[in-house]
Amino acid sequence: MSATNELVKDAGHAHHHKDLAHHFDTLEQQHDANLLGMWAFLLTEVLFFGGLFAAYTIYRYKYSAVFEEASNHLDIKLGALNTVILILSSLTMALAVRCSQTGNGLWTGNWLVLTMVFGFAFLGVKSMEWGHDYKVRLMPGKDFFWWQYAKAAKDMHTHGGGHELPDMKNVKSDTNPELGVKGRQESEQARLFYLLYFCMTSLHALHMIVGFGIITIITYYAYKGAYSPDYYSPVENIGLYWHFVDIVWIFLFPLLYLLGAHLVH
Amino acid sequence: MSTISLEPKTLVAENNQVVNESVNFLNHDHSVSSWLLSLDHKRIGILYLVTITLMFLLGGILAGVVRLELLTPKGDFVASDTYNKSFTAHGIIMLFFFLIPSIPAVLGNFVIPLMIGAKDVAFPRLNLLSYYLYLIGGVIALTALLLGGVDTGWTFYTPFSSTYSNSYVSVMAIGLFVVGFSSILTGLNFIITIHRMRCPGLTWFRLPLFIWALYATSVVQLLGTPVIAVTLGLMVVERTLGVGIFDPRLGGDPVLFQHLFWFYSHPAVYIMILPSLGVISEVIATFSRKNLFGYKIMAFSSVSIAVFGFIVWAHHMFTTGMSPYAAMVFSLLTFSVAIPSGIKVFSWLATMYNGSISYETPMIYAFGFLGLFTVGGLTGLFLATLGTDIHLHDTYFVVAHFHYIMVGGAIMGYMAGIHYWWPKITGKLYSQFWGRLSAGIIFIGFNLTFFPQFFLGYLGMPRRYHEYPDEFQVLNVFSTAGSSILAIGYIMPLFYFGHSFFFGEKADDNVYGATTIDWTSTTSPPSPHNFEKTPVVTEEPYHFRLKESAVVSH
Repeated sequence: MSATNELVKDAGHAHHHKDLAHHFDTLEQQHDANLLGMWAFLLTEVLFFGGLFAAYTIYRYKYSAVFEEASNHLDIKLGALNTVILILSSLTMALAVRCSQTGNGLWTGNWLVLTMVFGFAFLGVKSMEWGHDYKVRLMPGKDFFWWQYAKAAKDMHTHGGGHELPDMKNVKSDTNPELGVKGRQESEQARLFYLLYFCMTSLHALHMIVGFGIITIITYYAYKGAYSPDYYSPVENIGLYWHFVDIVWIFLFPLLYLLGAHLVH
Repeated sequence: MSTISLEPKTLVAENNQVVNESVNFLNHDHSVSSWLLSLDHKRIGILYLVTITLMFLLGGILAGVVRLELLTPKGDFVASDTYNKSFTAHGIIMLFFFLIPSIPAVLGNFVIPLMIGAKDVAFPRLNLLSYYLYLIGGVIALTALLLGGVDTGWTFYTPFSSTYSNSYVSVMAIGLFVVGFSSILTGLNFIITIHRMRCPGLTWFRLPLFIWALYATSVVQLLGTPVIAVTLGLMVVERTLGVGIFDPRLGGDPVLFQHLFWFYSHPAVYIMILPSLGVISEVIATFSRKNLFGYKIMAFSSVSIAVFGFIVWAHHMFTTGMSPYAAMVFSLLTFSVAIPSGIKVFSWLATMYNGSISYETPMIYAFGFLGLFTVGGLTGLFLATLGTDIHLHDTYFVVAHFHYIMVGGAIMGYMAGIHYWWPKITGKLYSQFWGRLSAGIIFIGFNLTFFPQFFLGYLGMPRRYHEYPDEFQVLNVFSTAGSSILAIGYIMPLFYFGHSFFFGEKADDNVYGATTIDWTSTTSPPSPHNFEKTPVVTEEPYHFRLKESAVVSH
């Protein structure tokens, strides 16, 4: 990495660099180990989300019609806005990593703060969406879900242009026998879509919240000037983590929001 | 300090001048916090050793409950519900809290840095965190057991676990979720350690086979465990919210749960057995005093077992009504696991052929391993065959088969490893007489316990029932009698190891004349930072021929 690295061969008599942990021989070895560790961790994360993506794939294949329709109840505009916000936060994160490599502690910290601002904006938009879903009873709990009602609400959004919720009296509940077996099955399948939607987006949000905690600590050390061209692997690692969280969203957005977009008209 | 001797020595320690007054990792600090908050991989290994031994005792007691109940055809010792909870707790504790952490977390932690010439693992803090995650997960799981237990079997099949079971499934799932992360972080730590911390000259093909085996194991831990975490998470969500992701009544698919579950839980079998295969390679090379036969193919066979482990999971599900074409592919792939396993067994035999074999305790355990692992592997082929699996599925044949692999294979390997590295860990010798005796008793007790179960299963006795028809009693009595012999065999080491630790003779730095650097370049017990000088490796790991080139074995 840098000319100041020393090869420390003999542990007994070595003059260690202040950032070098005792069990590593060189800064380069330490940096490589840290980075490889983060990559391995992200591999684990891929499989962690992978279970959910597998479940999504199976049910989307099985219940494709209902999944497409259910997808239309999510707000594409808000989803797209969030995608842009998250990509911007990745940009500021990349700039923070760059600044830490050149030893610019002040701007490392500034870019990290800006990354968190974008992250909070993302979660703000997301919680607005969740609030709306709760209102139109799209939460996939035991009693909360009312698919026919949500359908009527969507209908008003698309054709009426109004944002007020439909009159509940005109809508049959999902357990109404008049809907027949097909109606009830449809409602269960749609609930599966929303279950996956909430599991995936909340797991994603949880990763962002964990990220905030780590970024806060690293920002503190960045302002203190802890990072130098010799030692910046914490910043690079949180950068990798943040980009990973970003990429997960890049997959979630089309799978959840754009899935049924061609049915809008 | 000691000089490093590469000359083979006999086990009889004459005069051990080496470690008398020297500072080592056991005696450099005696405070409680220096143990509980230690970042030293050796001390963390010992923390694991103590904890998993307690878990093993608990799991063993629960196995005793199961075997006592099955002594008589009627359900007269415990109620059916208690029986269900006993075998569930036995399975969960033995698998997640004993077998999975056994060799990697105890011996791997202790030995990996010593074998690759490093001062510690790559991330010592993460290593300590892994231990505490294991401990927290264990406490949560024990809480679930104390609250009233879980009756689903360790497999948590839906929709029983998610909808109908009235036991503490969610608490247990949270405990396993936490312990899963311990396993992931340990695997991650080892992978990075093996990649980045090797000493000068230690190329990949100079790594001891124990390191190759643990590397393969760690990859499985890293890739498999997150899937079970998310699967158990979804099951808990289904249970709490009453939604139907795995419930067919609500549009879900229970077979999806089984796919996701076995995607981890089949590779988990290789998390348990692969490290044992590594230990056995070390033991057999050392006590045959020969270069290991087919070193490279042995290394690759460990890796290929890990790879095959990920693409055979559906052989647990042949009776679920899955596509027959998929079943044929999974059956074929399952057969192919026999190839690397067979390579290993034959390589060990070829290593022993014309070797100068000495019958130390670890070697006796390794002999036991060879016999039991072979029986376990060959009976696996019965179950991989689509037709016979329909007959044998969910019978005692399956129980016997996987105990031959997990107890006969994994635990025999663990015992061999503990006996092999005990002088390195403690710097003390133990009684070879009692050691050999315990190995013999375990071998006899094990076969007496589990061999009759092959017949029971073939005759149609299903697993997980607490009653059975009268005609099965004779074989069940054999099995229960065997299990008490097995228990004696497992308890004996506690005594002679305890005696050795306090009163044992001092062990030489390299008591067996092994050739790997954990023996040749460190003291027994090792100093806190392992090596006085970073070792430089110039040879292959097993170079007995080079040292003893004068010995012609024909």
